[in-house]
Amino acid sequence: MQITTIVNGRSYTKDVEPRTLLVQYIRDVLGLTGTNVGCDTSSCGACTVLLNGESVKSCTVLAVQVNGQELTTIEGMATDSGLHPIQKAFQENHGLQCGYCTPGMVMAAASFLNENPNPTEREVREALEGNLCRCTGYHNIIKSVLAAANAMEGAM
Amino acid sequence: MTALITGSSERVTGTRLLRREDPKLLTGEAKFIDDITQQDVLYMALLRSPMAHARIDSVDTSAAMKMPGVVAVFSGADLKGDWVAPMPCAWPVTADMKNPPHYPLAADVVNYVGDAVAVVLASDKLSAIDATERIVVKYESLPVVLDLQDAASDRVLVHPDLGTNTSFVWEVTPDKAKVDHAFATAVHVVKSRYIQQRLIPSAMEPRGVLVVPQPYGGDYTVFSSTQIPHILKVMLSLTVGISETKLRVIAPSVGGAFGSKLNIYSEEVLALTLARKLHRPIRWTEERSENAQATIHGRGQLQDIDIAADENGKILAVRVNVLADMGGYLQLLTPGVPLLGGFLYHGLYDVPAYSFTCTGVFTNKTPTDAYRGAGRPEATFAIERSIDRLARKIGVDPAEIRRRNFIPAEKFPYASAPGLVFDSGNYLPNLEKALEMVGYPEIRSEQMKRRSGGSKKHLGVGLSCYVEMCGLAPSKVLGSLRYAAGGWESATVRILPTSKVQVVTGTAPHGQGHETSWSMIVSDRLGIAPDDVEVLHSDTSIAPYGLDTYGSRSLSVGGSAVFMATEKVLGKARQIAAHKLEASADDLDYKDGSFCVKGSPDKAVALSTIAFEAFTGHDLPEGVEPNLEATVTWDPPNFTFPFGTHIAVVEIDEDTGATELLRYVAVDDVGNQINPMIVEGQIHGGIAQGVAQALFEEAVYDGSGNLLNPTFTDYLVPSAAEYPSFELGSTVTPSPTNPLGVKGVGEAGCIASPPAVINAVVDALSDFGVEHVDMPASPEKIWTAIQSFRRSR
Repeated sequence: MQITTIVNGRSYTKDVEPRTLLVQYIRDVLGLTGTNVGCDTSSCGACTVLLNGESVKSCTVLAVQVNGQELTTIEGMATDSGLHPIQKAFQENHGLQCGYCTPGMVMAAASFLNENPNPTEREVREALEGNLCRCTGYHNIIKSVLAAANAMEGAM
Repeated sequence: MTALITGSSERVTGTRLLRREDPKLLTGEAKFIDDITQQDVLYMALLRSPMAHARIDSVDTSAAMKMPGVVAVFSGADLKGDWVAPMPCAWPVTADMKNPPHYPLAADVVNYVGDAVAVVLASDKLSAIDATERIVVKYESLPVVLDLQDAASDRVLVHPDLGTNTSFVWEVTPDKAKVDHAFATAVHVVKSRYIQQRLIPSAMEPRGVLVVPQPYGGDYTVFSSTQIPHILKVMLSLTVGISETKLRVIAPSVGGAFGSKLNIYSEEVLALTLARKLHRPIRWTEERSENAQATIHGRGQLQDIDIAADENGKILAVRVNVLADMGGYLQLLTPGVPLLGGFLYHGLYDVPAYSFTCTGVFTNKTPTDAYRGAGRPEATFAIERSIDRLARKIGVDPAEIRRRNFIPAEKFPYASAPGLVFDSGNYLPNLEKALEMVGYPEIRSEQMKRRSGGSKKHLGVGLSCYVEMCGLAPSKVLGSLRYAAGGWESATVRILPTSKVQVVTGTAPHGQGHETSWSMIVSDRLGIAPDDVEVLHSDTSIAPYGLDTYGSRSLSVGGSAVFMATEKVLGKARQIAAHKLEASADDLDYKDGSFCVKGSPDKAVALSTIAFEAFTGHDLPEGVEPNLEATVTWDPPNFTFPFGTHIAVVEIDEDTGATELLRYVAVDDVGNQINPMIVEGQIHGGIAQGVAQALFEEAVYDGSGNLLNPTFTDYLVPSAAEYPSFELGSTVTPSPTNPLGVKGVGEAGCIASPPAVINAVVDALSDFGVEHVDMPASPEKIWTAIQSFRRSR
């Protein structure tokens, strides 16, 4: 069936199979390969994107369910003026190593900081529970998200 | 040496330079294997055995062939003539090691659940997967053997043709009489048995491969999510029978590996074979549950360790017997993994008598191989648990027993009983620093307070001191251990006409930040900005020689090669500068991008001028070739031996058995640090993986050989919520064996942390008479231990 979505501010109208997952739509139909797939049980969070501003694991949503809705993927975070403050904080705090979980982490953090702009360390740890990382031991990811919270609050 | 040679007045090495790798990874621009687009590609899917041990009676592919989108279906029997050699094992640890040949697809017998039996090629991925379900395989089930001791008894044979399940027995016992005497005369003997459970490495990116043939030129480009593109190229040539000159292997961005992508896998061999057969590009992407069964597992050992000590707790001898689980077949380095620990069961203690024996046995499970630490976490766990038991037996503090046994600083380089030479070490200040950071006396008094107050939340503190051997490795030593490859690394440094620098390295980073660190090394030596240094890697056409990234080798071997190639190219530039300045080369100083005559700073020539001169070749001294380029292949004279102290503080709830990791202090000594930010990141990740082994992870099998937890919903890779922030410190004892004075760091955290956590757990439970808890120390195991203590009273 045909669906129309706004992805990173751009409108797309595409045919998809009913069984197509949102992540397959983003990667294979739209060619936005920044969103990664790390599991097949909705456990790892590598495929996290924003659906109408809120984080979802794009492997748990069917493409047809997002007809008429807005999505933001990792490709939509940086602007002409540079990296998004969360992306910047991840670089400055060495919040990534291999980078495979990173797009999902950044998107999950963006959604979380929107809900809770002033989190404690424990709150960040609990909030990112659905996003697995095997490289960093999470130490610098948590530091990055806390730093991003500070930077974004300063900017507001 | 304590400082690097530098040609810069502002040192870059030692600073926390941000990683140049990050922007593309943070924006989604990076291309992982599955992000590479390819026209006209066929998708490959594998049918895997649901049986742990069975004879294949027949494979009927006819229904699968009729499925929409399907182009070809092959069984193992169909492809028997398509390879020239079986899957490679590069580490025949003994001359009589038994290595049953296995091929990418099983043709006669399957030996573990997940063993591939047939392959489908289709125009899209889902059609390929759907069609595998239409293949009909008739199996005749065979008895399975899963338990290590059962396997060693040969009651049931995995490979009946071998007549035994024992693949090899490997021993290092320099002086048996000395060991026997030590045990006969010891005041204290501590005998322990430890289980190293099977672990699923679980890199966040599953594996994948894409082979693109050029039918008319006969060349093949193999993209693989691998940490060993160079070794893969050689092995593909040897197994598939395609000339090395026709193969190009590229590792794109690789989403973590931890040893699990240090292998030659069936799917890589199959994809290349089928690309040749069908003249089409072939692509395969691993599913997560497939990864749990078809990618190697780590650990899987049963360890018996005895230590003999005198009345003061000074260890006199260590005697170890290990049963190591090979799984159904030998993969690339399977038999060698326990050996990497086999020299280290005396830890960082001065032990005069030593005996280690390892028996490798086949079981009907997924093959094991290198997983972060590979042999060294197992060794460290055994000695660090045992020395804690010794401390308890003789009634001294765990910190004190370690002080009494450390190899003293004045004994370095230290010749160990099993035959290594530890390059450098200074253990005592490292331990004291960690104790100070954690506030050891305060924690002990808090622990006493809780105990006397009858608290149900028990505090435990666990120490782990470790030393490991890494930086693989001197080629001669590897040869003497029957490892099939060398341990050198190659680097090329080119100063381009515009004086920008191009570095080509044989290492294959997958998260370790080599591009950043290598640029820092060159930047310092040449006195130019790190941004002016480009680092190329992981493509056999660009970097023809390399031995890749594993075993914490890349900086000490590959980074040293980069440093030496820089030095060499600077030597050539110096000759040209001397010619330009009409001075002797020995009379020149080099600083911040210019040569000048000693004592006459106005008589100077810039490296940029020399670079262009070398490019034009218009006015070079006699006998000097145009261009500024140098290649060095560095074969290190020894391993490096990083060390450190890790301390875990846990709280155990006696009602639930749940363990909370309250604090984690790590003081590591990895020699000089090129980029402390990256060093710390490596340690953080290692700690997390080791804590995961101690508390959470285990590949669990049922009695028929089915893996019960092949997904992330039931295999407990921990999340951020399970960890505290880590408290890191360091000491610096440079290695004398390489020009950078560096030691490896990639595996250190994972080697140190399991015993720190289990020592803390056992310490917390000491009121309950608990002497040991097997890993993973789940709430159930701990609760059961507490209950059985209560029942016994």
